[in-house]
Parts: sequence; C-alpha cells; structure tokens
Amino acid sequence: MDFSWLSDPFYQEYLWQGFVNTLWLLLVSAVGGQLLAVGVALARLRGPRPLAWFAAAFSSVIRGTPLLVQLFFFYYGVGHLLEGVPGLRETWIWPLMRDPFFFGAVTFICSVGAYSGEVIRGAMLSVPPGELEAGRAFGLSGRQVLVRLWLPRAIQLCLPTLTGEMILLLKSIPLVSTIALMDLLQAANIIRDETFLVYEPLLLIAGIYLATTVVLTATLRLVEINFPGMRPRSRRWLPVR
Amino acid sequence: MTPMMSEGLADWAGPIFNGALATIKIAVLAYAIGLLLGLIGAAAKLSPWAPLRGVAIAYSTSIRAVPELLLILLLYYAGSEALGTLLALLGVDGVRLTGFATAVGVLAFVQGAYMTEVFRGAILAIPKGQLEAADAFGFSRWTRFHRFVLPAMLPNALPGMSNLWLILIKDTALISVIGFNELFFTIQQAAASSRAYFLFYAAAGAIYLVITLSSTALFARLERRARRTQPVEA
Repeated sequence: MDFSWLSDPFYQEYLWQGFVNTLWLLLVSAVGGQLLAVGVALARLRGPRPLAWFAAAFSSVIRGTPLLVQLFFFYYGVGHLLEGVPGLRETWIWPLMRDPFFFGAVTFICSVGAYSGEVIRGAMLSVPPGELEAGRAFGLSGRQVLVRLWLPRAIQLCLPTLTGEMILLLKSIPLVSTIALMDLLQAANIIRDETFLVYEPLLLIAGIYLATTVVLTATLRLVEINFPGMRPRSRRWLPVR
Repeated sequence: MTPMMSEGLADWAGPIFNGALATIKIAVLAYAIGLLLGLIGAAAKLSPWAPLRGVAIAYSTSIRAVPELLLILLLYYAGSEALGTLLALLGVDGVRLTGFATAVGVLAFVQGAYMTEVFRGAILAIPKGQLEAADAFGFSRWTRFHRFVLPAMLPNALPGMSNLWLILIKDTALISVIGFNELFFTIQQAAASSRAYFLFYAAAGAIYLVITLSSTALFARLERRARRTQPVEA
C-alpha cells in the first residue's frame, strides 16, 4: 500500500473538491427531492385524476429503472435534445444546460421524489382519520389541516424511513462520476490514472464514504429524536443499526 | 431524417436483445449465489460462536456502508487479481477470469450482505414454539433447518427478497462501468454510434421497466403461495 500521493497538493485539491461536490449534491438533492416527494404524495392522494395518474406513472418508472440509466437519459438524452433547441444557446440557461451538476441534481431529485413520495403517501394514509376530523371540528380549513396536521403527523410516522432514504442517496452519488462530474469517485479515478495505483485511491474514498455514512446516520438520528411530538420511547439514544 | 441518422432501434435490436439476455443471466446467477451467501451469513450472525458472528457482522456492515459502484470497482480489480494469483499458485496458467464471472461474483458478494440482513430478520420472526416443536420431536439439525426454519421464514423474507431482486436488476447496469457487454453497455454503444441518445436511453429505461414490473408480479404470486401455510389474519 502506497499512500505517498496524499501529500501532493494537487491530489488534495481534487479530493477536497470531490468531497465538497458530493456533499453539495447530497444537500441539493435531499431538499429538492423531499419537496418533490410531498408533491408526488399529494398528487397521488388528492390530485385531480390525470395528475394522480401522472404521479403514479412517474414513481413506477423512476423506481423501476436503474439510476445510472436515468442519469444517462437526462445528461446525454435530454441534454442532446436541448442542444437542438434553436436560440437556447444565447440565453442565460445555456451554461446550466452544459453542467453535469445540474443534470445530476435533476436525476437525484426525481429519484428521491419517487422513492420518498411512496413512503410519504403510505404514511399519510396511516394517519388516523379521527385526528384530521378533530382538526376540521376545531374549525381549521382544509389547507390548514393539511399543513398543520396531516403532513407533520405523516412525516413523524415515516421519519426513520426517510432518513434511511438519505443514506441510500449518499451512496448513489458516486454514479455522477460517469458523467464527468468531479465527485469523490471521479477524484479517485483521476488519481488512479495518474499514479497507476489501483486500490489505494479507491480504498481511501471507501473510507471517506464509510465515515460520512456514520456521521450522516448520527446527525439524522439527532433530527429524529428531536422531531416535535416523537414519543418518549423513541427519544432514547439507540445504537446505529 | 438525414441519411446520417439512418441507424435506428431496428439495427440494434439483435445486440440489445443479447445484452438483455446477458443482464438476466448475470442477475439470476448473482441472485442465486447471493441467496446462498445470505443464508450462510444469517446462520453465522445467529451462531453462538463469537468469531463467526464477528466475521458476518463485519461483512454485512462494511458492504452496506459503502456505495455499490465503488464496491463493484474495488471488487472487480481486487477479485480478478486475487483469483489470478490463486490460479497461478495452483499451477493453472493462462486462465483469465471472464468479465461475466467477475460481474456475477461482484454482484453476488454485494447481494449476499443485504440478503444476510433479510434472512436474519426473517428467521428471528419465526414463532419460537414452532422451532421448539421441531426440537421436541427430535429432528436432526438439517431436517429442522429445511423442513421448519426455511418454510417458516420464507413468507417473512419474501418482501425483502423481492426488493433485493429489483435492486439487483438495477445494479446490473453498474456493470457497464467496468466494460462488460450487458444490456446497458450495448445501449451506450448504440447511442454513441447512432447519436440518437434520447431514443436509446429511453428504450433502455423501457426494457428495465418491463423486467422489473414483471418480476414484481411474479414475486407477488410467490408470496401468496408461501403464505398459504400461515394463519389467516382476522
């Protein structure tokens, strides 16, 4: 094992850049994805027929196809079509359209939206109807019941599953190295090509991923136990499973 | 359409069909080996012998904490090198591991770690009395395993097994990164050669969707069948 390349500032820069991009992509996709997930769940439960149907088809297609295929579909497929749109090159959107980060984020947001959307939909169905009726009885409007009661209660019910989805998201981020986005894996690939060391860079980032997973799990666990209204039983610190 | 764009789906139908077959072959084999690894892993995790438990815990925890793509790259290089060295030591020369064997091995190894957890949970969910009954009748360990533990845990394990099969089908696409000629690798070649990226990647999605949707239906039937021995819930 030869880790002497670690002292090279160029490689340090690559790795740091990769780490920052990985975390940044994780954050953007997690926030955007959860918002989309709530939208998908609402569309399936309360949307007008065509919208509900579309949301159901969306989540089947996303959950039934490999993430790598989706990434290539958006980056190469849609990206190639966009190149042909006349006049797009002159607009401000164009630099965005050439950015692998943009397509990576779009792909992951769709993915989280579909997987978490199903989780949230299930949780919304398992909120006892009496609680929502109580809200109506107190004179809350339908919108207030949704925002103040139904969604918070549903998220409370499925929070552990949602945080599990975030760990899965972190582990799918290295896929973006295939569309030449500088994430941790891409940094390792570059170092591998330049130093001819096969295992060391890959093992290093495997270690970084392991550590990030542990830190993220612990952080999300803190969110879980501090979420308002969690039952006292689940507030106990449980070891990371 | 310009004559340059004449290469379409029809020209690539043959290679894509072969690629889909290769994908299914890889998935089925990796799944079978993964099931076996999962059973062994679950048995080891539930074993009274601590070192065995330690190995199983290290296996399932470390594999599940590292991204699949990274594992596939690592195991691809490490696995082919280790087996090459082993074969050279045994005096077998000139045998090179095929891409197919490596792909199956790597996916099975990853699959086994997840399967370990599924089986462990399913075995723990068997009502204790059923196993005590087997012991009371004096069945041998093997008979107790394949006549009691396996059928009793199967309905509990099937939802997890079905999820893992779907994940595996989708993970086979990652094999294209190491350059083995499966479905998605063929699609990438087709897309690059015809420059009809949108068309071919959409087609790839459709093929995977057909495979996953039909597997979901199949697993639902299997689960109904496996549950026929369980008491009906009121």
